Amino acid sequence: MAQTAPPSPNPHSAEAFAQGAASEQERPNRDRLKRAALREGVSVSVLSVPALLLVFFGLILPCGWLLLLSFVGADGSLSWENYQRMIDSPSYYRIFVTTFQISLLTTLICVALGYPLAYVITLLPKSLVALALLAVLLPFWTSMLVRTYAWLVILQNNGVINSMLIRNGIIDAPIALVHNFTGTLIGTAHIMLPFLVLPLYNAMRSIDRGLILAAANLGASPTVRFWTVYFPLTLPGLIAGALLVFVLSLGFYITPAILGGGRVIMAAMRIQSSVALYANWGAASAIAAVLLLATIVFLLISLWLSRHVFGSRGR
Amino acid sequence: MLRWLQGSAWDQVPHLRRLWLYLVAFLVMFVLVVPSLVVIPMSFSASRYLEFPPSGYSLDWYRALFGSSTWMSAIRTSLTVAALTVLVATPAGTLAAYVIILARPRAATLMQGALLGPILVPIIMIGVGLFYVYARMGLLNSVTGLVLAHSMLALPLVMVTVLAGFRTCDMNQEMVARSLGASRPVAFLTVTVPQIKRSILTAMLLSFLVSLDEVIIALFISGGDRSTITRLMFNSLRDEIDPVIAAISTLLILISIISVLIIHLLSTARSAREKT
Repeated sequence: MAQTAPPSPNPHSAEAFAQGAASEQERPNRDRLKRAALREGVSVSVLSVPALLLVFFGLILPCGWLLLLSFVGADGSLSWENYQRMIDSPSYYRIFVTTFQISLLTTLICVALGYPLAYVITLLPKSLVALALLAVLLPFWTSMLVRTYAWLVILQNNGVINSMLIRNGIIDAPIALVHNFTGTLIGTAHIMLPFLVLPLYNAMRSIDRGLILAAANLGASPTVRFWTVYFPLTLPGLIAGALLVFVLSLGFYITPAILGGGRVIMAAMRIQSSVALYANWGAASAIAAVLLLATIVFLLISLWLSRHVFGSRGR
Repeated sequence: MLRWLQGSAWDQVPHLRRLWLYLVAFLVMFVLVVPSLVVIPMSFSASRYLEFPPSGYSLDWYRALFGSSTWMSAIRTSLTVAALTVLVATPAGTLAAYVIILARPRAATLMQGALLGPILVPIIMIGVGLFYVYARMGLLNSVTGLVLAHSMLALPLVMVTVLAGFRTCDMNQEMVARSLGASRPVAFLTVTVPQIKRSILTAMLLSFLVSLDEVIIALFISGGDRSTITRLMFNSLRDEIDPVIAAISTLLILISIISVLIIHLLSTARSAREKT
């Protein structure tokens, strides 16, 4: 609700002091204090210049330029043709469907695996919590490329899983687990899981446990108190984490490019090939623009949900 | 452990009735951690072909890695870029966090939003955009270009980490120091920074890892003798599986494990200090 609340002035700032003093009685040094506050504010704000320059130079300038390029046609004039092509061509349609499918399934897998894990971490004794969190943080901070390579080693035809199954006589011929949709999904879900578990665990930790104890005290069974009291309270964290995973999956490149084996084309891969193979900046930038729009829309939904739907009920 | 199992969790459900759930969680943790570790035995394999478990062990792939001028130059590039990224992103992010903690709520939210941009915008878009801009500025295949891009990516993590540090200490102490005659930089460096040094150290490690592991931007803007490790790895992963990748992956995993353990120790040391 921080957005709707009026900005509360910092009681320590010299300006607030100056205002307070002025409303009581006219003070001769009011202007001086105001100037001092302004000088103080400016001298502090200047410190953010390096960070803002980095973001401008590394993010806003390149992405803005790319957005402009998306409205430039092949002949160099302003046109909608890059977007028109996306609507007309069935190959683009397929790419967006694949991207959406992978992202949605990844999100569902992450929720199914991540929710029990985050919940169990809240149940563990203190000494084990640290260990369990390490199990989530370690993959989080391991290079995505290394983890993708590991999945390649595990899933391919003569990889760990297939050779184990064949040695034990469960299957005769290797199953295709990688360079296809399945492999892409496994790898992507593995990369994204920590992005769900960490925020969800944080949300669960801040839940007032007294509410569940009260439900128990009033005779609710474990199942009832989980689904009617605990689960609804974890929803904001769950939805925030799930939307984050979804948004990150939409623009994901590395793992689908390696584990998809060229059969699974997601939007990010089409952007890369448009630029690297065909030098078609218009096409690449138009897909990037759609991707960015989708990302912004889902982030706004997440923000709106946390502010209005869950925020008001929490109060 | 046995004694714990006989009790109940905080939600009044006996642990023994919940064993199935604990088993599920354990399996998920297993799947999270163990797959990455298969590359370690692979890197010591004697065979050129993929076998698991390897039939024989050797150090061939490490010899190949350290003997290859391409890989060594990539390692040098990656480490240089990562070190410079730490030197750029940590001060920039720390100062930004300082501004945010002192700013009024609305300005702070705005600034935080702007600095979170790099993790919210699809990174493929940043990569393509930077490729376009750098090509016009002559920054392609340069260490400078990589450091600028990686510092921008690390900025949100530094800001969030250091901001959490600032929130645990009383910013009025700096005011006290200044009213006693210290200048703002002196007050900041001698009063505030010592209190948040663990957060700053964590932020430094995180920005190092971000730069070292970054793939997509490096794929677009690095090349030639300025290729990073990740760029070389990605390209050889798409073509064929070179066992040298297992060796370099093992080294990267080692760096991640050490960094995560240090970060973990830093955070537990902080919470222990807060309790006393």
